Amino acid sequence: MSEGIRTVCMPKWGLSMKEGKVAGWLVDEGASITPGDEIIDIETEKISSAVEAADAGTLRRCVAQEGDVLPVGGLLGIVADESVADADIDAFVTDFQANFVPPEDDDEDGGPATESVEIAGRTIRYLTRGEGGTPVILIHGFGGDLNNWLFNHEALAAKRVVHALDLPGHGSSSKDVGDGSIGFFADIVTGFADALEIESAHLVGHSMGGAIALAVARAAPGRVASITLIGSAGLGSDIDGDYLEGFISAERRKDLKPHVEKLFSDPALVTRQLINDLLAFKRIDGVTAALSTVRDAFAPGGAQAEAMRDVAGSVPTLVIWGAGDQIIPASHADGLPDGVDCTVMEGQGHMVQMEAATEVNRLIDERVG
Amino acid sequence: MARTATYQQAINEALAQEMERDETVVVMGEDVAGGLGTDGERDAWGGPLGITKGLYGKYGDRVMDTPISESAFIGAAVGAATAGLRPVAELMFIDFMGVCFDQIFNQAAKFRYMFGGKAETPVVIRTMYGAGLRAAAQHSQCLYPVFTHIPGLKVVTPATPYDAKGLLIQAIRDNDPVIFCEHKGLYTLEGDVPEEPYALPFGEANIVREGDDVSIVTLGRMVHVADEAASALANDGIECEIVDLRTTSPLDEDTVIETVENTGRLVVLDEAHPRCNMATDIAAMVCEKAFDSLKGPIKQVTAPHTPVPFSDTLEDLYIPDAAAVQKAVKAVMESSK
Repeated sequence: MSEGIRTVCMPKWGLSMKEGKVAGWLVDEGASITPGDEIIDIETEKISSAVEAADAGTLRRCVAQEGDVLPVGGLLGIVADESVADADIDAFVTDFQANFVPPEDDDEDGGPATESVEIAGRTIRYLTRGEGGTPVILIHGFGGDLNNWLFNHEALAAKRVVHALDLPGHGSSSKDVGDGSIGFFADIVTGFADALEIESAHLVGHSMGGAIALAVARAAPGRVASITLIGSAGLGSDIDGDYLEGFISAERRKDLKPHVEKLFSDPALVTRQLINDLLAFKRIDGVTAALSTVRDAFAPGGAQAEAMRDVAGSVPTLVIWGAGDQIIPASHADGLPDGVDCTVMEGQGHMVQMEAATEVNRLIDERVG
Repeated sequence: MARTATYQQAINEALAQEMERDETVVVMGEDVAGGLGTDGERDAWGGPLGITKGLYGKYGDRVMDTPISESAFIGAAVGAATAGLRPVAELMFIDFMGVCFDQIFNQAAKFRYMFGGKAETPVVIRTMYGAGLRAAAQHSQCLYPVFTHIPGLKVVTPATPYDAKGLLIQAIRDNDPVIFCEHKGLYTLEGDVPEEPYALPFGEANIVREGDDVSIVTLGRMVHVADEAASALANDGIECEIVDLRTTSPLDEDTVIETVENTGRLVVLDEAHPRCNMATDIAAMVCEKAFDSLKGPIKQVTAPHTPVPFSDTLEDLYIPDAAAVQKAVKAVMESSK
């Protein structure tokens, strides 16, 4: 790449994304930007989100315009210092466009694809990206699946191997959830590490996945290099029981949408496709029963069954919370044991790892080294 | 959800999974077990187009070839349903409804009502419809509006493999008679289909594409024609919202009204003959319930009021195409400025 010239390219959010549409630039050409600034809104079939700046500098060119549809990797804009000559930037853009080849369809040429393992008689689907280092295991929350990490997985995998799994009862894994307890899921995660011959892993858990990470750390501290707890369960008794019940019982788009909107600080992120995908999941035989079993074990009567605050800090622990989390209150981050790193992000909700992905990824990167 | 399957495979999988789950589910019809050109059980053809292929090998006598007498075997299926089975009867072509209509509209559709709610008739009648396969006037009609007219029947017209599987599973589990209409031009269409069983509720339309300028309400194979037209219109700066009704009875009136409230313009696209079809039904319903939201007249795009021609050239002209939809959308835009 030419000296001092940085590209802003169409991101790849999730396995199925092939192209994205420019919904609009959030900063003007010529503006000074710093890493983490939201610079352009992108829409895909599945999700809409802003691309955050990875580099500091001046936005010198908005190459793609509102309404343009670009393949993954396509050139959106150019960030460079003021000192770089316009002619150099123009030459760079011309060269990039002349040589850019859209990525081939991953499904057909052995690119990223999910795999599965048998654990305790259940098929567990997972996705692996990156290689080397101490592995990271991403554990989604209640009603989620490995796609909850679509803004994190690839970024974290730049420096190490990162696995994301579908818990039993979720995604494309078997729908048998045993007694539905956190302990059951913790055994599955430990079994997953066994199956992949992982000695020790950094566990990153969101929501109920955080409680599962805590339970693994309690049962098998030697297997856990660190835990990162995002909007986590397992640190207090409060949880929005109406959300859990609404998510389980809603059978139609209109009924489900208001519940899902509680997850995000920006309700506009709840697209029709997201709701359709959640309904498609919930309509699979056995899912509603599995979710009810989990809810009854994990949060009976609208309160979390078990807090594991003492486990936080027994292994290196990072806690990340959206200050406006409507599902599990950020106050659960208060007063945790010494040595627990805690970041509460203003203006964020329960899905902070999606809505503030760059910052969350940076914090995790720092933690797991 | 990475697995893809065809519309035909999705239907076969729904039947197999429900037969596996519930032993009262039986399949009956002309050639559904064996059929044309086969001599064994393993290679049994499974209907004229192979939709039920493999079921006889797995479920034996629960897959029954019947005599070529629709009045007899549709009547038998209706009777068996009242007596505790969940039969899925195959009426090979919807055009053959004429010879078994009493069994459907006077018997199956009426039992729950006439026996004071004490009788249930959980029968599914799977049937092929639609033009485009050079099958001529007696094998190409879109007669779902006739069934939709009758209280007591549920009528399903899936447009995609995903919907075909989920709606057929719902049809089999449903305790009322369901007419399950399969467009023969869609059997080879591929799409994402989860391997696990799942049921899609009746009466929930699908918004296939979002847009703010014109609503296109449609169903069955015409959903894909609408989509083709909408892609072309998008290049002209016209954004269409496409609503796939999925089931004509029950009908998701709310979603139709909401899309009209959003766009203020409506094109109704239906492959059926133009009189008393889904296009007239939707247009009338919108006029009555959402007239104030309309910025201009509604346009209907349908086949002409003629039998389906056998001539290739005429059949191609007969079926509504994307060009006709584009023309209608532009006319609606023009008349509502």
